[in-house]
Amino acid sequence: MSGDVLFYWIVVPAIKIALVMAILPLMVALFTYAERKVIAFIQVRLGPMRVGPKGILQPIADVLKLFLKEDIVPSKANAFIFILAPILAIIPAFVAVSVLPFGPEVPGWGELWYFKFWLVPLANLCGADVTQPLAMAITDLDIGLLFLVSISSLGVFSILFAGWASNSKYPLLGGLRSAAQLISYEVPLGFALIAGLLMTQTLSMNGIVLSQMQLGWSLLWLQPISLVIYFIAGVAETNRVPFDLPEAETELVAGFHTEYSGMKFAFFFLAEYINMITVAAVAVTLFLGGWLPPLHGLLTHVVDGVRVPREGFLGDVLFSPPAAFFFFVAKIAVVYYLYFWLRATLPRYRYDQLMNLGWKFLIPLSMLNLFLVGINVVVHGSLGLPNFALVGLALVNIVTVLAVVHMLRSGKARDGKQALGTAQ
Amino acid sequence: MFETKELEINMGPQHPSTHGVLRVILKLDGETVVGADCDIGYLHRGVEKLAEHREYYQALTLTDRMDYVAAVSNNLGYVETVEKLIGVKAPPRAQYVRMLLTEFNRISSHLLWLATHALDIGAMTVFLYCFREREQILDLFEEYCGARLTTTTFRIGGLREDLPAGFVERALSFINDFPKKVDEYEQLLTNNRIWILRTQGVGVISAADTIAWGLSGPIMRASGVKFDLRKARPYAAYDEIEFDVPVGRNGDSYDRYTVRVEEMRQSARIIQQCLAKLPAGDIKVKVPKVRPPKGMAYHSIEGPKGELGYLLVSDGGPHVYRMKVRPPCFVNLQALPRLVTGRLVADVITLIGSIDIVLGEVDR
Repeated sequence: MSGDVLFYWIVVPAIKIALVMAILPLMVALFTYAERKVIAFIQVRLGPMRVGPKGILQPIADVLKLFLKEDIVPSKANAFIFILAPILAIIPAFVAVSVLPFGPEVPGWGELWYFKFWLVPLANLCGADVTQPLAMAITDLDIGLLFLVSISSLGVFSILFAGWASNSKYPLLGGLRSAAQLISYEVPLGFALIAGLLMTQTLSMNGIVLSQMQLGWSLLWLQPISLVIYFIAGVAETNRVPFDLPEAETELVAGFHTEYSGMKFAFFFLAEYINMITVAAVAVTLFLGGWLPPLHGLLTHVVDGVRVPREGFLGDVLFSPPAAFFFFVAKIAVVYYLYFWLRATLPRYRYDQLMNLGWKFLIPLSMLNLFLVGINVVVHGSLGLPNFALVGLALVNIVTVLAVVHMLRSGKARDGKQALGTAQ
Repeated sequence: MFETKELEINMGPQHPSTHGVLRVILKLDGETVVGADCDIGYLHRGVEKLAEHREYYQALTLTDRMDYVAAVSNNLGYVETVEKLIGVKAPPRAQYVRMLLTEFNRISSHLLWLATHALDIGAMTVFLYCFREREQILDLFEEYCGARLTTTTFRIGGLREDLPAGFVERALSFINDFPKKVDEYEQLLTNNRIWILRTQGVGVISAADTIAWGLSGPIMRASGVKFDLRKARPYAAYDEIEFDVPVGRNGDSYDRYTVRVEEMRQSARIIQQCLAKLPAGDIKVKVPKVRPPKGMAYHSIEGPKGELGYLLVSDGGPHVYRMKVRPPCFVNLQALPRLVTGRLVADVITLIGSIDIVLGEVDR
């Protein structure tokens, strides 16, 4: 085995996997804390304040509590599947993260000071060539997005299994709701992704980011409606408010995980939050320019038909790997904030209304959107579009958005005040 | 090939949104409810029987503990019934203070209803906004009589004590701000598409049905029946106060919501007038030892949840011979099984909330 293979195919991925496995749960802990604080802020209260300064250690206390809790398997439950379910939830959640690009490929990483003191000696030990590029993703698959979507849809099995194996009525109802919901919303989610992919012409996650750099625009500006559809479907996929029917606590107690306690429950919880990160990360990668700095079109210029970062301090700093990582996480945090905001604001849909929204509204809309984007791509080609064509595409999309919003508003049922007569 | 079976599910008595210890036995076909049966009595304490061992002023404390979120209303109904039985009338100042506190209590009861109803449907923030204002009302109660929920503050023939110094100003500053707070709740719900989807057309009761089933209060008015005891048979000094009775048209959960929200605004109006008109004078008439003559009296008031009636029977002695309560929650709850049949599980939650029950009163 040559040194390069040992280093680039075994050592580096192992390090990356270890880092992701370590950082992701920490990020989840941070996000749960942020969620509680943000919602508390919206609801005029303080949120966690007791553990640590301003309650910052609350997530750690929560995890410790879950570790110490008795791990119960109900006596009437199917023990094997009952234990299998949380494992099936957590594995796809982690595996899906493996294709996310946290930053650009780093060509001359051997020269960078933050690699020099640890990774370079390791490479020398393996006898590897330090001039090969280093991807800032566990793996940059050519079918990255497809892989991610297929893996994350496996999560539905865990919910179904949990609902069925608990041998209890509320979890069963929760599991059924969940299965129907996930299958319904995967369709508009897929269509929204395809609309984006028509522009980027690649499934590789890093390739998607790079093609947005070549376009000079993030897809957000060109296809806002795809982003909206994707985000709504994504919220439904992760069972968050207003689509949290499978675990609607005021209806089904705790839904599919009613019978779970301790670490098994923690696995479901962790999986849900990692899925949220994944959904947010895909939105960021495909629509918000991934690890690129905001307004990257202004920071790049065309040299020999290829867009590259502008020379000088700004280009060097903003496109460097640490900055890329920062932008990526910051954009995820922004999308995450939307989750919190929704949770604090909206009531919950009813089961049939959820299905109506998915099948009668989102799917036709996403197909229409796909059709419009398709026409544009056929007429103009995808990459290297002239700027006026991009503006045209954006306009078409924005008009569609407005039309849809108008439809929503005019479809609004009778007004509250009208319904009310008064008697003296 | 496949056998289908109805799923029987116990919603409650331990369930996050059955508002206490209501147990609803649901028969489900998938998500559709095909049968519902309310099982009550988990909070039965025998309030009516307990009253029989007590003297008239002692039985007052029992009434607090029926609808514990509207204790002041319960007190008022009981005290007025005893006054009717012995034939005394409280002085004007006492009447106004009674009205003032009862309307504060109506607001606090409606706030608790709105908070939990919205939380049941998933709107979490409304819950905390409502509790913010409810807290201020409870603080006012505490300032007046020392208790926040079970106030036991009215006395036969008047009040125990006058309003403390500064109470009027504080009540006024709260109530003048209150309509703006109601706007805040409405901003989150009234035109919210999901809220509309979840409540409009859910649990429609026709005006004729509300009368046939004996439903009262906001549920009845939401169906379009203009009946409010404060207008129909004025007690305390409601005939001297100006206010509107909001009425709905469709009799669904959304109309019950709009009617209750409007009632909060009207209560604020009543409180403002009470504070402005508050007459000077005694707060209590002299009532010698309470020994009502042999006979009985029935009196009912408009509680936050509907017609709250008391029937008191006296045998001429110092003890209550028999007390019978006409509890609005108990009567209104009987509509639930009919309303939920044929609807989805999520609607059961909407409807339990929409009827506005307090199990303390249902079970007594």
